[in-house]
Amino acid sequence: MSATLTESPHRVLGQPIKRKEDPRFLTGQGRYLDDIKLPNMAYMAIVRSPYAHARIVSINKEPALAVPGVLAVITGEDLEKLGLAWMPTLNGDQQMVLAVGKVLFQYQEVAAVIATSREAAYDGAAAVEVEYDPLPVVVDPFKALEPDAPILREDRKEKSNHIWRWESGDKAATDKAFAEAEVVIKEKIRFPRVHPSPLEPCGCIADYNKTQNHLTLYVTSQAPHAYRTVLAMVTKLPEHQIRVISPDVGGGFGNKVPVYPGYVVAIVGSMLTGRPVKWVETRTENLASTHFARDYHMTVEIAATREGQVKALRVHTVADHGAFDAQAVPSKWPAGLFNICTGSYTFEAAHVVVDAVYTNKAPGGVAHRCSFRVTEASYLIERAMDILAHELKMDPAELRRKNLIPADKFPWKSPTGWVYDSGNYHHTLDYALNLIGYKELRKEQAEKRARGELMGIGISFFTEVVGAGPSKHFDILGIKMFDSAEIRVHPTGKAIVRLGTRHQGQGHETTYAQIVAEELGLSPDDVLVEEGDTDTAPYGLGTYASRSTPTSGAAAAMCARRIREKARKIAAYLLECGEHDLEWADGRFQVKGAPHQSVTMQQIAFAAYTNPPPGMEPGLEATYYYDPPNLTFPYGCYIAVVDIDKGTGEVKVRRFLAVDDCGTIINPMIVQGQVHGGLTEGFAIAFMQDIVFDENGNNLVTNFTEYMLPTAVETPRWETAHTVTPSPHHPLGAKGVGESPNVGSPAAFVNAVVDALSHLGVRHIDMPITREKVWRILRSAGIDE
Amino acid sequence: MIPAAFEYVAPRSVAEAVALLRQHSYDAKVIAGGQSLIPMMRFRMAQPKVLVDIGRIPGLDYLREEDGYLRIGALVRHATMEHSPLIQERYPLLAATARVVADPLVRNLGTVAGSLVHADPAGDWAAAMMAARAQVVVAGPDGERVIGIDDFLVDTFTTALEPDELVVEVRVPIPGPRSGGDYQKIERKVGDFATAAVAVQVTLDEAGRCQQAGIGLCAVGPITLRAAAAEEALVGQPLDEATIRKAAALAAEAAQPTSDTRGSAEYKRDMVRVLTIRALRSAAARALKA
Amino acid sequence: MGHRIAVTINGQRYEAEVEPRLLLVHFIREVAGLTGTHIGCDTTSCGACTVILNGKPIKSCTMFAVQADGSEIRTVEGLAQNGEFHPIQKAFWECHGLQCGYCTPGMLMAGVALLERNPNPTEDEVRRAISGNLCRCTGYQNIVKSILRAAEMMRGGAGVASGSPVGRGSPAQ
Ligand SMILES: Cc1cc2nc3c(=O)[nH]c(=O)nc-3n(C[C@H](O)[C@H](O)[C@H](O)COP(=O)(O)OP(=O)(O)OC[C@H]3O[C@@H](n4cnc5c(N)ncnc54)[C@H](O)[C@@H]3O)c2cc1C
Ligand code: FES
Ligand code: FES
Repeated sequence: MSATLTESPHRVLGQPIKRKEDPRFLTGQGRYLDDIKLPNMAYMAIVRSPYAHARIVSINKEPALAVPGVLAVITGEDLEKLGLAWMPTLNGDQQMVLAVGKVLFQYQEVAAVIATSREAAYDGAAAVEVEYDPLPVVVDPFKALEPDAPILREDRKEKSNHIWRWESGDKAATDKAFAEAEVVIKEKIRFPRVHPSPLEPCGCIADYNKTQNHLTLYVTSQAPHAYRTVLAMVTKLPEHQIRVISPDVGGGFGNKVPVYPGYVVAIVGSMLTGRPVKWVETRTENLASTHFARDYHMTVEIAATREGQVKALRVHTVADHGAFDAQAVPSKWPAGLFNICTGSYTFEAAHVVVDAVYTNKAPGGVAHRCSFRVTEASYLIERAMDILAHELKMDPAELRRKNLIPADKFPWKSPTGWVYDSGNYHHTLDYALNLIGYKELRKEQAEKRARGELMGIGISFFTEVVGAGPSKHFDILGIKMFDSAEIRVHPTGKAIVRLGTRHQGQGHETTYAQIVAEELGLSPDDVLVEEGDTDTAPYGLGTYASRSTPTSGAAAAMCARRIREKARKIAAYLLECGEHDLEWADGRFQVKGAPHQSVTMQQIAFAAYTNPPPGMEPGLEATYYYDPPNLTFPYGCYIAVVDIDKGTGEVKVRRFLAVDDCGTIINPMIVQGQVHGGLTEGFAIAFMQDIVFDENGNNLVTNFTEYMLPTAVETPRWETAHTVTPSPHHPLGAKGVGESPNVGSPAAFVNAVVDALSHLGVRHIDMPITREKVWRILRSAGIDE
Repeated sequence: MIPAAFEYVAPRSVAEAVALLRQHSYDAKVIAGGQSLIPMMRFRMAQPKVLVDIGRIPGLDYLREEDGYLRIGALVRHATMEHSPLIQERYPLLAATARVVADPLVRNLGTVAGSLVHADPAGDWAAAMMAARAQVVVAGPDGERVIGIDDFLVDTFTTALEPDELVVEVRVPIPGPRSGGDYQKIERKVGDFATAAVAVQVTLDEAGRCQQAGIGLCAVGPITLRAAAAEEALVGQPLDEATIRKAAALAAEAAQPTSDTRGSAEYKRDMVRVLTIRALRSAAARALKA
Repeated sequence: MGHRIAVTINGQRYEAEVEPRLLLVHFIREVAGLTGTHIGCDTTSCGACTVILNGKPIKSCTMFAVQADGSEIRTVEGLAQNGEFHPIQKAFWECHGLQCGYCTPGMLMAGVALLERNPNPTEDEVRRAISGNLCRCTGYQNIVKSILRAAEMMRGGAGVASGSPVGRGSPAQ
């Protein structure tokens, strides 16, 4: 069932329809959080810790209260009295809202100042006097596990910096395979600490109405319903008295999934002052205190035969979670879906262990287009496969071909328990190799190498796992990870669709409109998509981990089909025939064998309100909660070609081809845009980004002058293509794509650089591959300008 | 973030500006393009009480050749240098520098003079001006004085300027025939300050030997550095590969880099060598054509 | 100490008494109420705040409103005329030059300024002209394509007259 992208059999699905949301963004009419101004609104600024680990000796609010315009100063002690000093994290831990007793990372929230103007709030924050008594700092997660390491979390019963251990797979079978293996490779690989840093920082306006005991929270959120539930749990306000509105969101990438302390303090601030309180974080606050991503220290081993048949995989990871275990993952999956790390290959056994550790750093770990740690997994296995190829002196494409899961083995059960839905991996590999001209490139490389020039080719053949997820396995704080859609078709045949997700640039207003339009025989222009308001949208867990198309997209389709079932009854009534005499064709119901006898959805909708069949409930609307039967497994083959500057160590990405298979494509233009964006993030991670700390726990990367976001000049030109293997269990066959490029690309870049240097004995280089790292290799091999 | 409060004055003449600086002394700060000062004020690393905006003083934005000098008025922006046909045709060193200072938007506001006064060791103009042997014209209560670039740059973020003085012009000697220059910069991305950068200006004699050489080093010391020994090694020599490599090695020796997030001291020093080689090669090629 | 200033934005004059420390971007967003100009950083790094000041694109977060007294400013809100999109808006829509839309106003203004200075830029010139503007979503490729397409339209190429009306979704050409 695999084909390269061809003419779509659908009417609206598969069309590159221009985005419905664009006109407002193109004219400056988007409405982002900071654009909202409420009457009598106050502003909040947060005082943050300059130390990574210190006792708080005293906080003097007085100088701040003396600043004209300052209305209130809130500290952890104040919150303690309200029972709000701590809040639950999404991962079963608790987190300080404002520091009580001590601080655990630099830039941790210590106090908040509320004032009548933004200027006064900042002046007030600068005036708060905090006295600290510094404590020994733990930066290195390995040192955190040493017996004499200072214990960071005094609030926990367990007096250890070890948070948890998670194991997956079959240890005995894996050990046996390794004991018998002809070839074993082993490597330490780090996935750096990176940050999603959407261009719009996080922020909120908390508007509490005392008389009505009602809270409206405008907030930059990818998951407004989850926020409402968490806030009800934290603030003890009844959930129906809370309305969360997520306006236009200027990028999220997972950064806008967690509930941050600033939101809770702003709510308290609104309760205390009786005014709406706006808090918009600075870029430094965003980079230094909101959720980072990854920071996995991984040791990988592969057991294989001399001919290159992989047998078993062994992985041990030390995960740096920072000061609180706050990463946003489904409850049963403390390391996310990291155990997908057997990748696209026919491993017989695998054993994966993850140890999570506290350090004096900001909390987080899961964010940034990672599909719940699939990025780490995919990078690990794709890097390890290249190391094995190097060890065996095999071409990395050949090694992959030998081990890819064959098309006739799907659904494929992986040794860690995943059931891959569909794939035609060999086809996609060949397609990609042909498209980029792999053979010719290898030839060119050999010629260049003979001349002393450095060129490399890197392949990554990744398998993603998205669409979390089936409720028997997936929940966050106990809430099952289904998603929902509600459709109302109005009498004139125009429809509104509401969903529990919240887009941040993914084009939902268009994609969902296309799905519903396809299913109901409407024009996408006649379908309005609304998300982000908990008072109007049905419950859903939000947009992250590429789950929207697999879950909400399915919900929208199923919901539309539910409407179509009712529409069929009305059509039969209107055409005076039996329901079974009707067929759905060309976006209308027609009498089988008599296509001129037909009714459109417009006619049906009008009848639903004006002339419903006797005994039938009037109206044409439906709600659908979609609980996916399985996850979806998009995959792809990415190939990078790089050239290296012998003088400076600079790597130039000459070409990059991404062949994605994300099943049925709803809007190819949007999919391509998602791929470009994800690849660019992958490129940045491979070459530019790491959040580093000095030995005192000072974060050295707290704004865009140090956290490198590539510009249009550094960013490579992307080449994209598709193969299409629909998901058998998704109503549209779609698999989701938003994160694939970020999951799949880092390994392709690194593999290409290592490939360029492999004749010098290089097997692995940790990301980010800076010029200096390459330069060291070059000079130690005697290569110079 | 929000700067601390301050008072704002916008003098209409150099004399008025000098008088204001005299009056407020260390409490005052001049603002020109604001592209270094405002970011510092937003982080409250600079909290001037009085901001003296020289942006409204007429007649400070000239860029012309006169009396043997290229005269760059205090309000000439980086972008003016970048797009000026005069600079593009006759000052390859300055043209190459202008293209890599900050980013195109910052270049529309930031000034060459402001960059020199800011005296950031990673400032690109200071290195270029050092190679070009520029002078800085300063106005004070007692009139004008001219300071050579080496004397003007005193220390990290420190110049020879008194609190009541203003830079009104930067002047660059018009290069003679058979001159060429280049600016080579390694940056992590566009808009980043240099990891290391090298400015080179050479003049050849009729026999193709180097008559005059200027080499300025950016971001590899507490201050912009002159690679004097390297310059000397070039003078009197043909600019062949051996001479170039020898000078480049001397330039690397002159660097005093420190390790930071941009790279280790070792890497930066070696980059001074590589960039000097590249800058000298292209400067020599340009000189031969000029 | 308030300073009385007057600024023309998109042809309309705005007068106000402002504190000297008020940044131009805050003036535009909060005093003039034009929230299309965004803020994405504190270090003059992102260009979300890009406007055209006296003909040149600048970062409005790195100028005080008092410095802009008497200036002529153009923001994203001034691009469309009489309900008709500017070619660059059409091109961004057509070529999918935006995703979350947060960088978009800045990109549009940087792009317009480039095309006014250089009506026929190369891809490389476009990339350099927008290198002071960060985008987290698009990977720039479609932004570059959009600006090149706008250049074509503005030079009188295809699609100049037939702009899609504002506010409707229809298949891209
Ligand atoms: C994102 C970003 C990236 C940058 N990247 C680079 C880079 O790669 N390379 C580089 O060299 N620079 C870079 N810069 C700095 C930029 O070049 C500044 O424009 C320059 O350093 C200062 O010029 P200005 O006119 O903006 O000065 P201002 O910011 O106005 O002033 C800077 C200092 O000089 C003083 N001053 C200014 N003019 C005068 C005068 N005429 N007389 C007396 N004192 C004066 C001010 O009081 C202040 O102390 C960058 C800036 C930003 C925001
Ligand atoms: S807001 Fe980032 S540059 Fe102005
Ligand atoms: S479209 Fe989101 S930052 Fe550019």
